[in-house]
Order: sequence, then structure tokens, then C-alpha cells
Amino acid sequence: MSDPMRIRAQAQGEKTTVRVLVSHEMESGQRKDAAGKIVPAWFIQNISATHNGKTVMSAQWGTAVSKNPFVQFSFKGGKAGDKIAVSWVDNRGDKRTDEAVIA
Amino acid sequence: MKLSLLGLAALAVLPLSAAAQKSTAEGIAEYRAMLADGNPAELYEAKGEALWKQARGPKNASLEKCDLGKGPGVVKGAFVELPRFFADTQRVQDLESRLLSCMEQLQGFDAAEIAKTNFGVGEQKTIESLVAYISGESRGMSFNLPQAHAKEKLMYEVGKKVFYLRGGPYDFSCASCHGEDNKRVRLQDLPNLTKQPSASLGFGAWPAYRVSSGDLWSMQRRLNDCYRQQRFPFPGYASDATIALGVYMGVNSKGGASTAPALKR
Repeated sequence: MSDPMRIRAQAQGEKTTVRVLVSHEMESGQRKDAAGKIVPAWFIQNISATHNGKTVMSAQWGTAVSKNPFVQFSFKGGKAGDKIAVSWVDNRGDKRTDEAVIA
Repeated sequence: MKLSLLGLAALAVLPLSAAAQKSTAEGIAEYRAMLADGNPAELYEAKGEALWKQARGPKNASLEKCDLGKGPGVVKGAFVELPRFFADTQRVQDLESRLLSCMEQLQGFDAAEIAKTNFGVGEQKTIESLVAYISGESRGMSFNLPQAHAKEKLMYEVGKKVFYLRGGPYDFSCASCHGEDNKRVRLQDLPNLTKQPSASLGFGAWPAYRVSSGDLWSMQRRLNDCYRQQRFPFPGYASDATIALGVYMGVNSKGGASTAPALKR
């Protein structure tokens, strides 16, 4: 089971800045465990954000992204009280969506 | 001509090496500031708060009745007064050893078993999240460790002895690195833990999220790594020696602010 993301979104004039802290192992598939066996890759493949249901950011990630990654992006429009939803899907098919309200 | 110019340039740079050092420290500070915006310790704080309130263990109880020194269930402000003496266990305890007591008494876990577990595994993982939550509740508050009880005073003196104890293949002590101003290892500035304001800058930053290992480290894990670097045998988890060191550094940090859970490279 995955842990919730921490999402903060702030509107300033035209621009809304969204900062997301994602909780994920992001295993690169290159590490070996104590027994010398390769730890299988486990990482977020797709991450996207919607503002009132409309996609404002989407990205494809790979194994080079760090554990517990931090994402920051901004988009035009959006005002205090609007809803931001961020979703990810990893290579095991696990998925998670969390929501926040623009401050 | 080009070569001699280069030589001149190199000569000109030499006297500036002190200034270059300074900018390295500034560079690291800048890197930390960039990361601080999204300190993954926040994820552990959220997890720790949930774990504190969740009924767990053989007795299926939460930790909400755990007394961290300010009364059962009081979390805010408890961290900056630890380690302190606890009447029920008749021991001076730091945050981790106190949590072990609570997990044993309230939840029915085997404290000795958890103390033997490797860092980052099983219930040790639980403790890492708990210390993030508990220290985070005292963020910005000033250290004010009680020193009224005789055992607390004794632990301070023991901690001082341990801090200055030289040994191991390197003939090292904690004081070899942390007993003077302006020391560093590679590019990291080393805080002088014997006096303020540097003591609280060092002591007050742990627990912290360690980017290089992608884990949240408690003070116990930090001390364990200090001893690894000194090539000492590993100290026992939540042992009196480590708690005494906590008392020594904590009392030296009096008045300084806690920034835990902080972010480290």
C-alpha cells in the first residue's frame, strides 16, 4: 500500500505553483541486496496533475528519478479554492491519486 | 604565452583558496535550501503521526498514552527536553529508548528484540517515522533539558567522558571532530558540539532525512554511524552510553532552536 503525497498549491496572480512530495521507493533495478540478488526495478512510470479535471502536467518517469521525489511545476490560471489532483502509476501497476485545494 | 598566462592565473588563485572554501560551504547551504522546500522528512512525519494514533502490537493499543516527559500523550515540546529522567523506568531516557519502553508497556512489543533489529527494517522503521513526527512537533522550540535530578547530572558527566574518550584503531574520540570550531570532513562543516551556538546546529538537526541513503535517521542511527566512522565497535541501540552522549550534547545546546527533522546531504 502506498503512502499519501504531500501537495501544496499556491496561486499568485495569473500563475499557480504546485509542489508535490511523492512517497515512493523508486528502486532503480541496479542495486543488489545483502544476498547479492538484484533488487527488481520499481518506479513511477507516469505522473500527471489535473486542475478542475483538466490535465495541466503530465510526465513519464524512469529509474533515474530519486526515491521520495519532489516535483514542482506551475501553470496559468487557477485560483484559490480550485481543486488540484495528482496521480501516478508505477511499473507494478500500483496507482495513487491525491487531491489538494489551491491556497 | 598561453601557458605562462595559465601559470599566472593559477598563482593568482592560490591565495584565494580560503574564499573558495567558504563558497563550497555556501554551495552546500544553497543545495540544502533547494531541497528543504520538499524535505521528504515530511512524509515520515505524516506516517509517524498516523502510527502514534494507530492501535498496534500484541496488546492492540496506540501510543497516545505514552509519557514522553510532559505527561501521557503530550507530544508538543517533549522533544526539546529529552533525554530526561523517567520515574517509572528509573532511567534517563532519550526519545528512542523512551519509545521502546512505551511500545513494550503499552503495545506489548519486545523492546530488546526491536533494539537488536537492523536500521530501516520492521519496527525500527516504525520508530524512524515516530521520531520524525515527535521531533517535528517541537520544530523551532528551544532546547531546555532538565538537569535537576541527580541521575540527569550524572548522565551529563558520563556523556562528557564518553565524548572525550579516545580509542579504536584511529585513536579517535567524538571530540576529535566535534570539539573545536571550524573543522570539516571533506566538504562538510563539523559543528563544535561542546558549546553554543554550534551545538544546537548539530544536535538540533537530528532526526533528519539523509538524501544519500534515502532514509530518515534518528539520533541513535546518527551516533551509530559516528562510531562506525571512528572504527569503534557499534554501541548498543538505546544503550546508556548513547543516551549519556545525548544528554551531554542536549544540555550543551540549551537555548538553541531545534530544526529537526532536518534535511542532510
